[in-house]
Amino acid sequence: MTAVELGLPAIGALDGVPTTDQKQTAKDFTSDQEVRWCPGCGDYAILATMRGFLPELGLRRENIVFVSGIGCSSRFPYYLDTYGMHSIHGRAPAIATGLSVSRPDLSVWVVTGDGDALSIGGNHLMHALRRNVNLKILLFNNRIYGLTKGQYSPTSEVGKRTKSTPFGSLDHPFNPVSLALGAEATFVARALDSDRRGLSAVLRAAARHRGTALVEIYQDCPIFNDGSFDVLRRGEDAESRLIPLEAGAPIRFGKDGALSVVREGFGLRVAKSDEVAESEVVVHDPADLQLAFALSRLSDQDLTHAVTGVFRSVSRPTYDDAVRAQVAGVREAQPGDLGKLLRGRDTWTVA
Amino acid sequence: MRNVAIMSVDSSAATGRAVHKLDRVVIRFAGDSGDGMQLTGDRFTSEAAAFGNDLATLPNFPAEIRAPQGTLPGVSSFQLHFADYDILTPGDRPDVLVAMNPAALKANVADLPRGGTLIVNTDEFTRRNLTKVGYDGDPLQDGSLDAFTVHKVAMTSLTRGAVDARPELEVSKKDAERAKNMFALGLLSWMYHRPTEGTERFLREKFASKPAIAEANVLAFRAGWNYGETTESFATTYQVAPAKLAPGTYRQITGNAALAYGIVAAGERSGLPVFLGSYPITPASDILHELSRHKGFGITTFQAEDEIAGIGAALGASFGGAIGVTTTSGPGIALKSETIGLAVTLELPLLVVDVQRGGPSTGLPTKTEQSDLLQAMFGRNGECPVPVIAPQSPGDCFGATLDAVRIALTYRTPVLLLSDGALANGSEPWLVPSVDELPDLSVEFATAANAPDGSGEFWPYLRDPETLARPWAVPGTAGLEHRIGGLEKGDGKGNISYEPDNHDRMVRLRQAKVDGVVVPDLVVDDPSGEADVLVLGWGSTYGPIGAGCRRVRRAGLNIAQAHLRHLNPFPANLGEVLRSYRRVVIPEMNLGQLALLLRARFLVDAISYTKVAGLPFKAEELQGVLTDIVQGVER
Repeated sequence: MTAVELGLPAIGALDGVPTTDQKQTAKDFTSDQEVRWCPGCGDYAILATMRGFLPELGLRRENIVFVSGIGCSSRFPYYLDTYGMHSIHGRAPAIATGLSVSRPDLSVWVVTGDGDALSIGGNHLMHALRRNVNLKILLFNNRIYGLTKGQYSPTSEVGKRTKSTPFGSLDHPFNPVSLALGAEATFVARALDSDRRGLSAVLRAAARHRGTALVEIYQDCPIFNDGSFDVLRRGEDAESRLIPLEAGAPIRFGKDGALSVVREGFGLRVAKSDEVAESEVVVHDPADLQLAFALSRLSDQDLTHAVTGVFRSVSRPTYDDAVRAQVAGVREAQPGDLGKLLRGRDTWTVA
Repeated sequence: MRNVAIMSVDSSAATGRAVHKLDRVVIRFAGDSGDGMQLTGDRFTSEAAAFGNDLATLPNFPAEIRAPQGTLPGVSSFQLHFADYDILTPGDRPDVLVAMNPAALKANVADLPRGGTLIVNTDEFTRRNLTKVGYDGDPLQDGSLDAFTVHKVAMTSLTRGAVDARPELEVSKKDAERAKNMFALGLLSWMYHRPTEGTERFLREKFASKPAIAEANVLAFRAGWNYGETTESFATTYQVAPAKLAPGTYRQITGNAALAYGIVAAGERSGLPVFLGSYPITPASDILHELSRHKGFGITTFQAEDEIAGIGAALGASFGGAIGVTTTSGPGIALKSETIGLAVTLELPLLVVDVQRGGPSTGLPTKTEQSDLLQAMFGRNGECPVPVIAPQSPGDCFGATLDAVRIALTYRTPVLLLSDGALANGSEPWLVPSVDELPDLSVEFATAANAPDGSGEFWPYLRDPETLARPWAVPGTAGLEHRIGGLEKGDGKGNISYEPDNHDRMVRLRQAKVDGVVVPDLVVDDPSGEADVLVLGWGSTYGPIGAGCRRVRRAGLNIAQAHLRHLNPFPANLGEVLRSYRRVVIPEMNLGQLALLLRARFLVDAISYTKVAGLPFKAEELQGVLTDIVQGVER
């Protein structure tokens, strides 16, 4: 087997997706379907942010598609007045890959959850990230199975008592950001469901990224995992737990920037800002894979710290662009001739 | 030679040797997996095709890529039947067996009838190789092969000698010896008066980047030919005249190639892009390989991370307005079940190709079987009907594929196309169709609101009254934005509905849509019009059943034959046909799956004749079975 130079094109984020000059509002993206999530579900906040954010893209509504798997989060497409498909448990990235490859004029979004993306659909998520298909994958992580009424998920903490683990879960959880980075993701970000500004910012960055963008959204399930992210939302020390990232800026957080992220060995640690020199504070660079990975490891399962924002954003040719370029190239060089194909090379004639 | 009528005997002016004219011959090449037997068989097939014979082939090889050299599990063979009339099968038993080593002899000699011709490569009959396969003595010496006409040829050393005569080529001993299969091909080509230009051209093209190897193979091929021509050991050569087939242009084609071409043609005739999502699996992979070469037609091939992603991506492409196709075999079809179910409820076109192989589980990856019929019919959760189509011969894979795509596009449904290992790798002459005569598969996407209440809304599940198909509204169409999914949908509007009566209605509507697919009536071949017994088959058993019927009729008995291409829905006249005969016999390479369906549907007391040996039925075997039944009824 030999490798060949592919001569791939460089294409901008939303190039090829038709835009509109008409003013759009959140209402334009609201379908006529009644939203059926439980009262207090974090999905409401994400939906509201999404409806408010989509007009900003200026894309024609009919050229936006939401594809989801199965789970509470996967009902998302029903509530947006775009094209949508509520598909099969875990398979949304695969289905969206076929759509994205065959339709460059669409902005394709995948909505999934921790069970959908990381358990039953882990394989498809991994391969979509590796290929860098032009998809925006929103992973609603509530660390529980909601739709099946409360079993532990692949992001639940060890020891969690649930219906299926009455003596405590024995499973070690995934860190979705670390997983995505390990799967060659070109864009990885995280936000909190209730943080409209932060969520909008990462959605904006994701939409502008050409390639697979994985956005992990911490989302609360008030029925089966109530208050699971409350320590990041309120209380005195929420500020000292959340580490927001900004490209090119030193990573400082906490009240008045009292805390900083500094290097330690091959990783990072949190230090008091007044105990370290300014030069020791790590400056965020979304192109630095090692830094992104180290940042992902700062996010503890117990939420002592939670890093938000864009961990990684780099440009790499997308799979779907490459596929189309290859087909177009062959088509130009050797256009198909059906009659010739059917005859083949060796024919004989019976009179 | 057995079963071969020698039409006349001539004397060849050139060699002074007798030339026998035959109407048909079956040759089997057998050797080690690494000996290139499939290639040798393919080339002889091409020569026979180019000469104008009718032909049918049966490759038979192990699932292991290279089992230990010289062992029984490593034996690979290729059987070829060629004739001067239209034949239906690759032949029950070889008239000529070429055995490249003791393992090949041991594995195949039982199929060679008394009086058959055996050509062996004596160089491989060493003490060590004989012991490896359990021969105590040397069968070439101990008289155990006396029933056959044995030609002992030192093929390896003769090949090496021929190549060594051109030292400037600098071909290694190993590479020279590897060309011994071409020596065998040359010898057989001489024996059967085959044209040689095609093979020499083929070898030069195949090894274009290694001209010395190409030359070595050509030298071996010519050495084989010359060996026959110059040595005295072959007293006779044989001629099989071109077959008198229907007028037209022919080519040789395998089932997998014909199926792939059918997919290309479907794209061309519909004007839609084709998207193949597939995961490699034997024996379906060649369809993926073939389509990957045809990007010039705008075909996209996606080698997915698994079977589920393959069909998922295909369905995603269908949602976007492409012809979504997925190809698989064996356990792969089980993995795709859930997505087929989604496609049924989404009511989107999708072509699902299952090249059946021996099961259950991994089963017999390289052997044929027809045991996925019930899975194709029912292997999903819920009431989940899909049209099912099965081609009957390698060439028929082309037309069956176009038919399957026509149904998928017209009725917005996944369609299961059931090929099998024998069709996939088998080959036959194929009357090349004219592109203009292929069916028009063009479809219309929905472009405007359709609500019957005049609300200006788009109802994605409003049905065409004739076909019951729903509109295909692809993303990018303004004003038709809609959401579809695996949850039950309300009739018409397509919104989620858990309403009891609606579910009952939707289940029945989906069933009615598939039941209403228009398929041609079943045609019965009953030449005397006096048959009491009908033999009904489906899929690749067409050849052996047809050959079996010919033999029964030649013996003066009456038998009717019919073959089902459409297994769901059945042709409308099937019940009437079944009731017209006193007995119905259904031979299948499974444990009676079609028979089960027919018994359930038509209350017909069909006789099921089944075999699951991984190999096609033999004409002789079916002749016996059918004769017994016909005579039993007439008695």
